[in-house]
Amino acid sequence: MNAVSEQIAVVSSGRTSPISRRGGLRRARRAEARSARAFVAPAVLLLLAFFFVPIALCFVLSFTNARLVSPEGPQFVGFDNFTRLFHDPLFLRSLRNTAYFGAVVVPLQSAFALLLALLINSRIRGVNVYRAVYFLPVVTSIVVVSILWTFMYQRDGLVNHMLQAVSFNVIQGADWLNNPSTAMPAIIFMSIWQAVGFHMVIWLAGLQTIPGDLYEAAELDGAGRWQRFRYVTWPGLRATRTFILVTITIAALSLFAQINIMTNGGPLNSTSTVVFQAVRAGYQQQQTAYASAISLVFFVIVLSVSLVQRYLTREKD
Amino acid sequence: MAVMTTTRVGAHAAASQPARRRGGARTGASVAGYVGRTVLALFFLFPIVFMVVSSLKPDDQIFADLSSPKAFLPVGDISLDNYRAVFDTVPAGRFLVNSIVISLLTVAFGILVNSLAAFALSRMRWRGRGLVLTAVIATLVVPFETFALPLVWWVNKLPWLVVQNHQLLWSFGWLDSYRVQIIPFIANAFSIYLFYSYFSSIPKELDEAARVDGASWFRIYRSVVMPLSGPAVATVAILTFLAAWNQFLWPLMVVQSENRRPVMVGIQYFFQLNVAWGPMMAYATLITVPVLVLFLSFQRAFIGSIASSGVKG
Repeated sequence: MNAVSEQIAVVSSGRTSPISRRGGLRRARRAEARSARAFVAPAVLLLLAFFFVPIALCFVLSFTNARLVSPEGPQFVGFDNFTRLFHDPLFLRSLRNTAYFGAVVVPLQSAFALLLALLINSRIRGVNVYRAVYFLPVVTSIVVVSILWTFMYQRDGLVNHMLQAVSFNVIQGADWLNNPSTAMPAIIFMSIWQAVGFHMVIWLAGLQTIPGDLYEAAELDGAGRWQRFRYVTWPGLRATRTFILVTITIAALSLFAQINIMTNGGPLNSTSTVVFQAVRAGYQQQQTAYASAISLVFFVIVLSVSLVQRYLTREKD
Repeated sequence: MAVMTTTRVGAHAAASQPARRRGGARTGASVAGYVGRTVLALFFLFPIVFMVVSSLKPDDQIFADLSSPKAFLPVGDISLDNYRAVFDTVPAGRFLVNSIVISLLTVAFGILVNSLAAFALSRMRWRGRGLVLTAVIATLVVPFETFALPLVWWVNKLPWLVVQNHQLLWSFGWLDSYRVQIIPFIANAFSIYLFYSYFSSIPKELDEAARVDGASWFRIYRSVVMPLSGPAVATVAILTFLAAWNQFLWPLMVVQSENRRPVMVGIQYFFQLNVAWGPMMAYATLITVPVLVLFLSFQRAFIGSIASSGVKG
């Protein structure tokens, strides 16, 4: 690579005579292209090997009977995996659970994050401390967070004790993670607690791109707090809104670590998710083909949901 | 918690008086504003405080303290016994070293490979540039979970050169190694994109001046563009480190042996034993502290990195 670039340096040093300038320029262009390709080569090769090939494999393997370890090569089996998939009650249940998680988390988390962003987008004293504290769970790994909350959600755990304390023993709490009707809500609550700071910061970045004189003008026109939000802040957050919507949705649909650590899909499959099923099939049962079929369905869902969201939030001119 | 809140309110109420006279109601510096923000801060803080405090207590005391504010206070029988138990029962030191090695190598290679690619994409003219840029941006919307399973199958087939009896031989299968935890995560579309947008804000005249002086393209990358890109490097380093340190799904599937296992997967040890919550909280604290220390010392850069990821998107 260095030899190549040294060569270019000589060619393009600008000391060529006017007559040979055209040929020199062309040679310099070629050399520029050559070193540019050398610069992108490592990244492109790695992305090919560890992104594009696995995605292509996802398509190919889902029509075969490939297993993780197998003496024979994979054989083509047509749509068998997909037929099995859509007759698998556990998979259909996991699809519903994932949709439920997304449908609750996406609106709640984006609204809560926006509220936090508005709270710390002011010049009051100590605002940096508040911002750092709200952000703290984000830098705490979801694995650690899941274990911690598993402990707190126990029948006689911290959450129930705190509920009793603030309600003067009126609320007795539940065995959160072992009850099919409370397990998913408990995981939802915890997931929002952990991730909301991330989207708060992104909302905040969006808020800070809105020019301050817009607010001053609105105030001169007698706009109240709500009106300023409705007519200045909200329209100013258009691009941020789409970004937040798409990223929270993708993260929500990819729900896995919490499930794997806290409930293992239970109780009664009430927290099993699509990615959890893919990992179970592909890793624990070593059925790579079936797992690829699940991944492919997941891929299609994620892609179409984010495309629909982009379409719905597009600039309407 | 209720008690703590009321004392805080008193303190802040006094502090916010002058602000109020200057028109504090408008900036939100009212008493109610501080109360609300502080309650929220406690909401985000209490589990983490509980974790750290519990890691210092024996199990029976953790449970005894649950029903009182003592759950959040390091009082009573405080010791580092749980930490000692962690290192006695689990190869925690090994897990920590593994995670540090994996994270640092991923960060170092990631910065080099992605910035070089971004440099060529943003500042050089070559055929195929548009195609590569489009491909990189297209990869941004695909979550890792969609191709993780086929990727396991794939890395299990990949070759690697090994030295055996003084001979170079091909071995197949990357499972259970450091490389399987590092190499797939070096090239990252998001890092390329962050470098790309940062480089595009550096004036191209600087390159031209350097070219006239006879500098090679690599020289321009190394001595002109990279030294001006500190914030972008910091952002990529922070985001890559966080992602690498917190890896869970991937090492869960591709690493079996203890001496290649990273910290997050190591936590499963505690599920197999009869759950002792004290040592588990100690382990959880132990693997969180490095990141928390990083966060608290580079707080601005941390939050700035995340923010920059949103503004451009």
